[in-house]
Amino acid sequence: MAISEKEVNYIAQLARLSLTDDETHTYLKQLNDILLYMAKLDELDTSKVEPTCHVLGLENVHREDEEFPSLSKEEALLNSPDKNDSFYKVPKIIE
Amino acid sequence: MSSSEFEAVIGLEIHAQLLTKTKMFCGCSTKFGSEPNSQTCPICIGMPGVLPVMNKNALEFVIKTGIAMNCTIAHFSRFARKNYFYPDLPKGYQISQYELPICQGGHLVLHTQDGERVIGLTRIHMEEDAGKNIHDNSDKYSFVDLNRAGTPLMEIVTEPEIRTPAEASMFMRKLRSILRYLGVCDGNMEEGSLRCDANVSIRARGELALGVKAEIKNINSFKFVEKAIEYEIGRQERVLLDGGRIVQETRLWDVATGVTKSMRSKEEAHDYRYFPEPDLMPVVVSNEIIETIRATLPELPEDKVKRYVERYKLPLYDAELLTNEQQTAKWFEEALVNGVNPKAVSNWMMGELMRLLNENNLPIDKCKVSPVHLTELIALIDKGTISGTIAKSVFEEMFNTGKRAEGIIKEKGLVQISDEGSIDKIVEEVIQKNLKEVERYKGGEVKLMGFFVGQVMKLSKGKANPAMVNDIVKRKLDGKATDE
Repeated sequence: MAISEKEVNYIAQLARLSLTDDETHTYLKQLNDILLYMAKLDELDTSKVEPTCHVLGLENVHREDEEFPSLSKEEALLNSPDKNDSFYKVPKIIE
Repeated sequence: MSSSEFEAVIGLEIHAQLLTKTKMFCGCSTKFGSEPNSQTCPICIGMPGVLPVMNKNALEFVIKTGIAMNCTIAHFSRFARKNYFYPDLPKGYQISQYELPICQGGHLVLHTQDGERVIGLTRIHMEEDAGKNIHDNSDKYSFVDLNRAGTPLMEIVTEPEIRTPAEASMFMRKLRSILRYLGVCDGNMEEGSLRCDANVSIRARGELALGVKAEIKNINSFKFVEKAIEYEIGRQERVLLDGGRIVQETRLWDVATGVTKSMRSKEEAHDYRYFPEPDLMPVVVSNEIIETIRATLPELPEDKVKRYVERYKLPLYDAELLTNEQQTAKWFEEALVNGVNPKAVSNWMMGELMRLLNENNLPIDKCKVSPVHLTELIALIDKGTISGTIAKSVFEEMFNTGKRAEGIIKEKGLVQISDEGSIDKIVEEVIQKNLKEVERYKGGEVKLMGFFVGQVMKLSKGKANPAMVNDIVKRKLDGKATDE
């Protein structure tokens, strides 16, 4: 299962990355190597194995509905590249 | 083809905010209207390395809703990441459910003019809300408030089985009522605790295949559910009748102009790349847990309606109105004492009580009239102590002051005049004052009867027994007519 240059560009676009032609070729090769490596697993017969998402075997990990102190507004906004007194600022989103 | 040869196919996707104290995966408050960005923490603003932990109440609320809506509760369900970029989504993905939602199937029964309509549900799943983008204050920037990010929601998805805008709005009202009974959502559409998207398509009547649908986003009142869908059906009919084609798209309901507008075309089709959320463990719900939660369910509006119709012989209309809000139903049931006629209580509640509550913008549980005090008033009317007309003003006084009927009647001297002699005297006075009208009555204008009765009631300040006034006026006028 090999992926195409078009798919690399599509994935880049979904991740909001702009790639140069060189980068596209680098990632194409790297991604295909990874897929080839993972394809090894296809040789195993897994028809009788349930798909699993976790190896821990835990279930129902819950918390009570109890309030915990939030960050202050100032702390919350601290890392933001652009902000005013109350809000994160982003380039205008036009719908 | 004319527009009447089309039928609409409508499905709803409803987002209901769960009435928990804290967010879905962290302990931040879910309180509405707080200072922007004052209710966030590293978990809900998507800092690296944090771990979400499920709010137990949120989960129980969804199971509770599923039971109330006749869903199958999944014994095994899990969460998934829905990946997309938007400034109100700090993590770059929304934690939602995909292939294994908590509730599947189910239905809700509507009582429409055409009889009972059963609307099927596809599923109910849990997901976290996004933050809020504010676009109005600047041409260059949008502003982001993340207080709402991570608030627990449930998404209720119906089958495309709704056929008219009225049914859609009825569905929403009924759903809101159930959610409020269950205490899982406050149903406040203005604050966005209950929001609705509608999938609308049309097809030739009798056609089985579905037409191409448009999705109408963010409808936030019952009135707009109806209006937006109505507009959209009309729009699609016009497109087809003009020989055009419907494009699959998302449309936004614009309150100001009353039309739906295309939002984004499916060209930039979303690819959400759902995958199982590795940070959350699966949810396993045993039959025992389901039964424990089932036992906490209150009597639901649908069961109350049945009971009111069967046991109290109320019309369906009354029963639905009285059971819409749990507090109203409670008030009604508390009034059913001392052998009072349930229909009389219902009439007072749907008439004067609701009118005064609306005028004063008061919830029924803050009402100064107690249910038992209403039954006292009804008893006084039944006994003939006061007339129905006087009773209305007495009730208003009760509503404003919290005093009981008997006291108000005594205090204001409102006891009904029911002795023949006194009424006779008043009628005589009215006749003497209106000899011209008496002539006209005798001349055949029998509808003047109402005029005389009205004058007598006025002169007695509404206190004369209306039935007796009718009798005496008629006897006197007719008597005088035959005398001559």
